[in-house]
Amino acid sequence: MTLTQHDIDQEIAAQHAAYEKRIADGAPVEHQPRRDYAPYRSSVLRHPKQPPVTIDVTQDPELVELSSPAFGERDIAEIDNDLTRQHNGEPIGERITVSGRLLDRDGRPVRGQLVEIWQANSAGRYAHQREQHDAPLDPNFTGVGRTLTDDSGCYTFTTIQPGPYPWRQHLNAWRPAHIHFSVFGTAFTQRLVTQMYFPSDPLFPYDPIIQSVTDDAARQRLVATYDHSLSVPEFSMGYHWDIVLDGPNATWIEEGR
Amino acid sequence: MTKIDTSRPETVLPTPSHTVGPFYGHALPFTGGGDIAPVGHPDTIVLQGHVYDGEGNPLPDALVELWGADPDGNVPRVDGSMLRDPASGGFLGRNGVEFTGWGRVQTDASGHWTARTLRPGARGRNAPYISVCVFARGLLLHLYTRLYLPGDEAALAADPLLGQVDEARRGTLVAVDEGNGTYRFDLRLQGEGETVFLEFR
Repeated sequence: MTLTQHDIDQEIAAQHAAYEKRIADGAPVEHQPRRDYAPYRSSVLRHPKQPPVTIDVTQDPELVELSSPAFGERDIAEIDNDLTRQHNGEPIGERITVSGRLLDRDGRPVRGQLVEIWQANSAGRYAHQREQHDAPLDPNFTGVGRTLTDDSGCYTFTTIQPGPYPWRQHLNAWRPAHIHFSVFGTAFTQRLVTQMYFPSDPLFPYDPIIQSVTDDAARQRLVATYDHSLSVPEFSMGYHWDIVLDGPNATWIEEGR
Repeated sequence: MTKIDTSRPETVLPTPSHTVGPFYGHALPFTGGGDIAPVGHPDTIVLQGHVYDGEGNPLPDALVELWGADPDGNVPRVDGSMLRDPASGGFLGRNGVEFTGWGRVQTDASGHWTARTLRPGARGRNAPYISVCVFARGLLLHLYTRLYLPGDEAALAADPLLGQVDEARRGTLVAVDEGNGTYRFDLRLQGEGETVFLEFR
């Protein structure tokens, strides 16, 4: 039988109710999705069933995981953070400016670290061979960007508002418009790959990927804020999105002692 | 909502993770991603393996990152893993001289990955290991594990993490010596022989 949106809606509601009950019973807030979130079917065979083994980093400040790979200006090309200038012509769509800070969990800026993004074009099509959605490719848009955070931990990208796209998990499955982010912290333990969404997207309730973050407040942290001060006159709409890395780092150990 | 007020620590809460999805292939992999070892270095080792799901099927869309110390046990501080051509914006590959310690490879259509790096030295009480981070479509939050190299049984026996792991599962963290400096390290995300994955607190 065809899996419908209604089936997925019911599973999402059940997962949310189960989380609310755990919280009511005194369990801690879950900032991260559970890896075994079945409404996202691809997770079913790809999550460990054994609990992870915990490493207490305060016991060993020399752990290699408490350091992070380094990136520098030679890893970045001049126009990497402007996805609208990577081809001969102008890409189609609404230009946007996306900017924010990369912070550790103590709110300290993470400086000089790599931020990578990738996204669909304005029609909701990725420039990827395996993409099956028949929306048009844009010869002037690849949808890939990179930058290093500056001395205050800030990053900025100029790009095109991505479109929503159908992904065939179930009948009429549509992903809300999003930009994929991959970021590094000062420790490898802080590595993060995630997705940024846009305010008030009507697809949020239907999407099992954003709903895999069952905590309502945590889910909101994936949604950028429209910021008129970031909008560029006669050019682009501005969105602000701060990223806070989870996971301990070396400075955290010093303070934890 | 997503403007964090750093003057109020209670509002500084982690950004949730999401899956890397299926379409990172034109964005994250780069030329020379697995060629971490400087050319001709005598401490070069070859690492390879498959990534498998809970039914034993290989993952053709997983991404593996490796991060390790140099042969003296020092943490590399060198950038230049993804050198760029200022004229074309393309990837040049590494310069073949410097060791950044970090690499990124994607699995091929048969779920296989490979990388060449330097044999890491020990740090502190730990046996030599390379930190491994796995991303995949379907994986909502990446997974960490460690690749320990076999050979020095005393060092492995004294390693604090390996000592913490149930003996029956310890072997999933130790690569298999295939000779000629080549080691096999398969990653099983679920089921029989499931790899030991780690969390850091």
